[in-house]
Amino acid sequence: MLTNSHHPDAATQVEMFRRMALLKANDERSRKVVTAGRLAIPYYSYRGQEVIPAAMSVNLTDQDYLCTIYRGIHDVIAKGTPLKAVWAEIAGRVNGTCKGKGGPMHLTYPSKGVMVTTGIVGSSMPIANGLAWAAQLSGDGRVAVATFGDGASNIGAFHESLNLASVWKLPVIFLCSNNRWGEHTAYGKTTPVARISDRAAAYGMAGIHVDGNDPLAMYAAAREAVERARAGEGPTLIEAMTFRFHGHVFGDADRYMDKAEKAKWVAADPYPAFRARLIAEGLASEETLAGFEADAEAQLDEAVEYALGAEFPGLEELSTDVFGEAA
Amino acid sequence: MSDTLLAEKPAEKTAKPITVLEALNQALADAMAEDDTILVLGEDVADPEEGGVTGVTRGLSTRFGDKRVRSTPISEQAIIGAAIGASLAGYKPVAEIMLMNFTTVAMDMIVNHAAKLRYMSGGQTNVPIVIRTMTGAGFSTGGQHADFLEAWFAHTAGIKVVIPSNSADAYGLMRSAIDDPDPVLFVENMPNYWTPYPRFDPGHRVPIGKARVAAEGSDITIVSYARMMNEAQGAAARLAESGISVELIDLRTIAPWDQETVLASVAKTGRCLVVHEAVVPFGVGAEIAAVVSEKLFGKLKAPVGRVGAPFNPVPFSKPLEDAHIPNAARIADAALALVKGHSN
Ligand SMILES: Cc1ncc(C[n+]2csc(CCOP(=O)(O)OP(=O)(O)O)c2C)c(N)n1
Repeated sequence: MLTNSHHPDAATQVEMFRRMALLKANDERSRKVVTAGRLAIPYYSYRGQEVIPAAMSVNLTDQDYLCTIYRGIHDVIAKGTPLKAVWAEIAGRVNGTCKGKGGPMHLTYPSKGVMVTTGIVGSSMPIANGLAWAAQLSGDGRVAVATFGDGASNIGAFHESLNLASVWKLPVIFLCSNNRWGEHTAYGKTTPVARISDRAAAYGMAGIHVDGNDPLAMYAAAREAVERARAGEGPTLIEAMTFRFHGHVFGDADRYMDKAEKAKWVAADPYPAFRARLIAEGLASEETLAGFEADAEAQLDEAVEYALGAEFPGLEELSTDVFGEAA
Repeated sequence: MSDTLLAEKPAEKTAKPITVLEALNQALADAMAEDDTILVLGEDVADPEEGGVTGVTRGLSTRFGDKRVRSTPISEQAIIGAAIGASLAGYKPVAEIMLMNFTTVAMDMIVNHAAKLRYMSGGQTNVPIVIRTMTGAGFSTGGQHADFLEAWFAHTAGIKVVIPSNSADAYGLMRSAIDDPDPVLFVENMPNYWTPYPRFDPGHRVPIGKARVAAEGSDITIVSYARMMNEAQGAAARLAESGISVELIDLRTIAPWDQETVLASVAKTGRCLVVHEAVVPFGVGAEIAAVVSEKLFGKLKAPVGRVGAPFNPVPFSKPLEDAHIPNAARIADAALALVKGHSN
């Protein structure tokens, strides 16, 4: 149910687009840099899924917490992590967010609320609960967001987390990007319910099924969940329908993907559609949007060169940060 | 009612002994009274649920409130995940996993997250949680409720493992574990819970990573921990009757273990026997034996020996279970073989 407060104003829509432009350009640049052999990393493209982090992040503050996954660089950047630090990290450089010790699957940036990026399917959720529990105890109004894929909704941690969050009424949002694929296996072969959001009912929790490629609908869903969390009314499961345009991991030829289905989703790419609508409705000019795109490219030029030209961590870093200093 | 509120009894130093269980309850209560970021969570831990299956957390929710002491669903991943998340936001949770065998259900959270978030974040985040768990054979619970799995965790960089053998160490190690900036797996040996041991001073602390020389001796060093310390003590008494002098070391911390104390002792005695309740293959004894052999190769009068459970699950039937658990007689025999085998 769209209410007025759930409708983003013009400035917010334009800001969502600006973030999408950065995310899309970042994904394209990542694939380019890997293809060119300048960087050898496991890369999980999120191309096609940009609306979801853009719409969620404009509803969050730097104080709100995020636990994301290997396919989550868009979440990390949308949350405000500086591009140069992200690139230095994925290049394994000492000036990366984690001194090069985390890499693309383990980005952390607490000053923007990016607390965990995990490579274990389903594991963002139990930890987001704990962050939400801390917010609840402190009464500081923060919310925690756990992002994950549709495949993750079949792992035990998903079910344990939703249950605990609901009985403890935690200010947490479980944000599932349903891109129809879990690695190489199609949704229908692994998941017996038509909608993951229906699983919320089993935990007495609000469930929202939304078109994650529709910026207005996605904004409304995120807004509703954030308001519920901040009001102390407990968690929300959002299932955002989307599609990834590339294979599971970069280099996978996606032969397992249905060609017609893929073509349909790519034709409906939310990025140009949103761009065209902003202009058609007079919310932004072509120049403004092109300016965002040019700015994203310029930021990436700088970030990539900064990262690839930076130092690797010294070998003394091998054995630091295993333990802290006892008090 | 008042006798269930262990937490409200002052830890005065009297002749009256204190059980391990009471010492743990006292440690949690004292720590929570000093620092209100300390939280307790786990199945049944709050007072309406009787303060845990064995009562270690009894009295805490009544005293500190149900916000800080929370009973959880039966969801081991969710319990450890919540502890990790809250710790990332500045709290110090003490999470109970009812039995050590159930840590297997939460292995991802413990091994991939708690132990590694500091390292993977380049030191930006840390996980100062304590995971309390109980174990130990002797209750005829069969194969899934009594394993010692400390070697699994000791093999993972980023998590510390402590196992007290008596009340003072239980108290002192728990206080150190709560203060520690990293995740600590705190293993409680259930058959030892109700054993009374001497009291300790208020404010007592046992540093993590420091072993204790429980008895000095000259012929052989026996390294042990948890309830096996009692059996090792029994073995030392028997050996003394045969004129063999045992130096007995209580490891107290499994990871990181106190190499300095163990090596100094073995350098003196020339012989080493490691004793634990866990099965022998790939166990803590293997690591200690390897390090002692590497560092003291020329000085050893005998190969390093190991006593532990045989390589089978904990059996149910009483005679089998008794045969599974190492005891004073087996330890004494093994020590005797090491001393005799190479000194005549
Ligand atoms: C516990 C676990 N099992 C298996 C894997 C291997 N794996 C990595 S990604 C993935 C597919 C996950 O799909 P989904 O949750 O839908 O997220 P998506 O990649 O589509 O964003 C699998 C099986 C893993 N990382 N963790």
